[in-house]
Amino acid sequence: MKRYLKLAAYAALLLLLPFATGLALGKTWVRILDFALLYVMLALGLNIVVGFAGLLDLGYVAFFAVGAYCYALLASPHFGLHLPFWMILPIGAFSAGIFGMLLGAPTLRLRGDYLAIVTLGFGEIIRIFLNNLDTPYNITGGPQGIDLIDPVRLGPVSLNQPPGHAVYSYYFLFLLFALATAFVSTRLQHSRIGRAWAAIREDEIAAEAMGIDTRNLKLLAFAMGASFGGLSGGLFAGFEGFVSPESFTLTESIMILSMVVLGGMGHIRGVVFGALLLSILPEALRYVGPLEQSLFGKIVIDPSGLRMLLFGLSLILVMLLRPAGLWPSPARKRELLAHGETAKHENTNIYDAGR
Amino acid sequence: MTQDAKLLEVHDIGRTFGGLAALSGVSLTINRGEIYALIGPNGAGKTTLFNILTGIYKPDSGNFRLEGVEMAGKKPSELAKFGISRTFQNIRLFANMSAIENVMVGRHCRTSASVLGAILGNPRTRAEERSIAEKAKHLLDYVGLSRHAHMLARNLSYGDQRRLEIARALATEPKLLALDEPAAGMNPLETDSLKRLLETIRRDGVTLLLIEHDVKLVMGICDRLAVLNFGKKIAEGEPSRVCSDPLVIEAYLGTS
Amino acid sequence: MDIFLQQLINGIVLGSIYSLVALGYTLVYGILGLINFAHGDIVMVGAMVTLTVVRLLSDSGLPGPLVLGIGMLTAIPACMAVGYLIERIAYRPLRNAPRLAPLITAIGVSILLQNLAMMIWGREYLSFPQILPTRTMAVGGASISAIQLLIVASSTIMMAGLSSLIRKTRLGNAMRATAQNPEVATLMGVNVNTIISITFVLGSALAAVAGMMVSAYYGIAHYDMGFILGLKAFTAAVLGGIGNIEGAMLGGLLLGIIESMGAGYLGTLTGGIMGSNYQDVFAFFVLILVLIFRPSGLLGERVGERP
Repeated sequence: MKRYLKLAAYAALLLLLPFATGLALGKTWVRILDFALLYVMLALGLNIVVGFAGLLDLGYVAFFAVGAYCYALLASPHFGLHLPFWMILPIGAFSAGIFGMLLGAPTLRLRGDYLAIVTLGFGEIIRIFLNNLDTPYNITGGPQGIDLIDPVRLGPVSLNQPPGHAVYSYYFLFLLFALATAFVSTRLQHSRIGRAWAAIREDEIAAEAMGIDTRNLKLLAFAMGASFGGLSGGLFAGFEGFVSPESFTLTESIMILSMVVLGGMGHIRGVVFGALLLSILPEALRYVGPLEQSLFGKIVIDPSGLRMLLFGLSLILVMLLRPAGLWPSPARKRELLAHGETAKHENTNIYDAGR
Repeated sequence: MTQDAKLLEVHDIGRTFGGLAALSGVSLTINRGEIYALIGPNGAGKTTLFNILTGIYKPDSGNFRLEGVEMAGKKPSELAKFGISRTFQNIRLFANMSAIENVMVGRHCRTSASVLGAILGNPRTRAEERSIAEKAKHLLDYVGLSRHAHMLARNLSYGDQRRLEIARALATEPKLLALDEPAAGMNPLETDSLKRLLETIRRDGVTLLLIEHDVKLVMGICDRLAVLNFGKKIAEGEPSRVCSDPLVIEAYLGTS
Repeated sequence: MDIFLQQLINGIVLGSIYSLVALGYTLVYGILGLINFAHGDIVMVGAMVTLTVVRLLSDSGLPGPLVLGIGMLTAIPACMAVGYLIERIAYRPLRNAPRLAPLITAIGVSILLQNLAMMIWGREYLSFPQILPTRTMAVGGASISAIQLLIVASSTIMMAGLSSLIRKTRLGNAMRATAQNPEVATLMGVNVNTIISITFVLGSALAAVAGMMVSAYYGIAHYDMGFILGLKAFTAAVLGGIGNIEGAMLGGLLLGIIESMGAGYLGTLTGGIMGSNYQDVFAFFVLILVLIFRPSGLLGERVGERP
């Protein structure tokens, strides 16, 4: 009984939150909530790669971009296609998953830091191509991107109507997807596959010796994480109505990674917490600008620079002081504090599992 | 259908490392249901051969067959599926997982629940999860670790960690269980206990391959053994015969 | 043929810069097994400091090369200090942590440096005053400028110096010993912590000079310049064989030439579809290809065995 009360309370909170926020702080903040939910999905997706399988991906935003551009290409005047959203979202997720496998296939046997750099390079390559594929054939719209993307339509109802209340409609759509993502993540974590990922994370050589096809499982983690990213990308495109390469920078990838790391790698609740924290808190810094104006008469410290500065600082501090994250799972805390043994098992070859 | 008496046949295995021949022309046969040991002075090539037989290295020449199927060059995970499992000299448990979780990981290659099954939680998947947990419990029992089922692997005593590694390897239902110095660091009491466990495993139909330095354990338990020296096999057969082989004596003690 | 020669010259110049930066990566990697993600940003610091000093002194009437020299002499200690601090504060405490941890810290340091630089020097591209002679020399059908010659000459001198240091001095021996086996080196009386600090500081000094070169050569500097440059130099280090000093030099030169040739010919090769705006992609592709097909690099990875 108590459990159901608790659940009901959470449900009520989640359902009333956007309206309360809108009333108290205005619609801008409801929009921030919507983006926070998108980030939750992205962070959970990356968590599968980094947190569950232990693979460092610094170019995750590329999958977000694939999903977003898929949506943009299939539901806008750009090519004159206007497919419904329930058709495009799976296509976007699937395409991102394919990209994930393409990237992963040759690179997943590389050791941690090399994999990180390669994925970073991949993310940048995608961005550069998105920026430049407007000549000789205009595929991606170049730096201007693609505009006038169809909003999400549920049957005859467009989520953009009534105008001005779109932020509320999309909140519920995103909430649904975020909850589904969290559900799927939890199920995966406590399954045979989740155990195998944990084994790979702990000791890849032993995992391989116990019959786990580490290569395929890493590829699976990569592809699954990528498809979550692609799904979020599609939702983003429908919401914003506009995509351009500027939204898919390295900074975004690092931001998402930080949400996972700061929140608590591998711990679903921690990751959600990290995502919410890092997407909402920096928004509070927008008040610094006007604050400085009123105090000093001018902008002394650039607010966005300050935001990134604090961000970089927090990454360093968390790694030094709380490497398991701000809200780690008890198990993970043990893992990340077991300094000596873990480092000893990592050999110095470029390949991860000593062959 | 009768099973062939020969389980593992090793033909003419050779392997060089940077110009040095760690192994050359090594051939041996391991029979089904026996305990087979691989011994030899340090540097003789035992570990290299062991690592080839467990898929860590590829041989430069030669091959080996498990029940007639060629195995050289296959990855360790493929070998596990075919039925070769192993423990490690330096104990490679999943330190931050519990004992029972470690053993459950061993069941991976004998089960098949997919991503979809995990997400849906359908009856078949749940039944499989139950069976994994049950088998793991049973194996912990088998090696005498049930009271520590939920203890973290890294918190177990050294002897218990070795047992856990064996339980985990047994979870893969191996035909051949390869043990890399299973008695290293054990006192006589623990070694004796290990001996009894190995005999039980053999009795239950698993063939065992050991590398061991503890001569007393080896002579007391194995049915047949091979002696390597300088990368070549210098003797193979029953302990009593091998012990009296002059080449073997020379290898260990030097010429008089 | 003229284009070829010009691109070759440009490539060698670019490559010399990459080599200098790559050396920093490779030195640190050889000793710590760590990719110092923030190394490119140290180059940026070197560029910014040099630029600031040069702009301050550009109207003073002092001769151009002297101004540049003073700029360099300010930048080098500045970068050395930054490198030292980074190692002590962000990397040393994490020496035994799983490799993920220092990598993330390195990213944090990189972000920190970039944004500090942005707050100090602003977002705009800063221009390098014209203080060096702009004479060019004709070679074949191409031309070399004074700056280009300066870059190649000083790179070569520095690399030769570093090579001698590593090979012939006690310090160099200590560095190589630490790279091979830190525990045994300690037993032999080497203070491993000091050696590691010195390695970082040395790499940072090279980075400072590289930063000065880049800003003088391209005439601009900005807070964001370290990232791409760092990535390319890292590629060069991997191409040559990470951990290998000669590899870093060779890799740098090769990458510079590949990039230069590519940028020059890509337009004609692809019939105008891809132009030089894809230049940056080259380095990434080279990196991915090397790591897939020959991860030990051209001259092999010379990393010591670690416990």
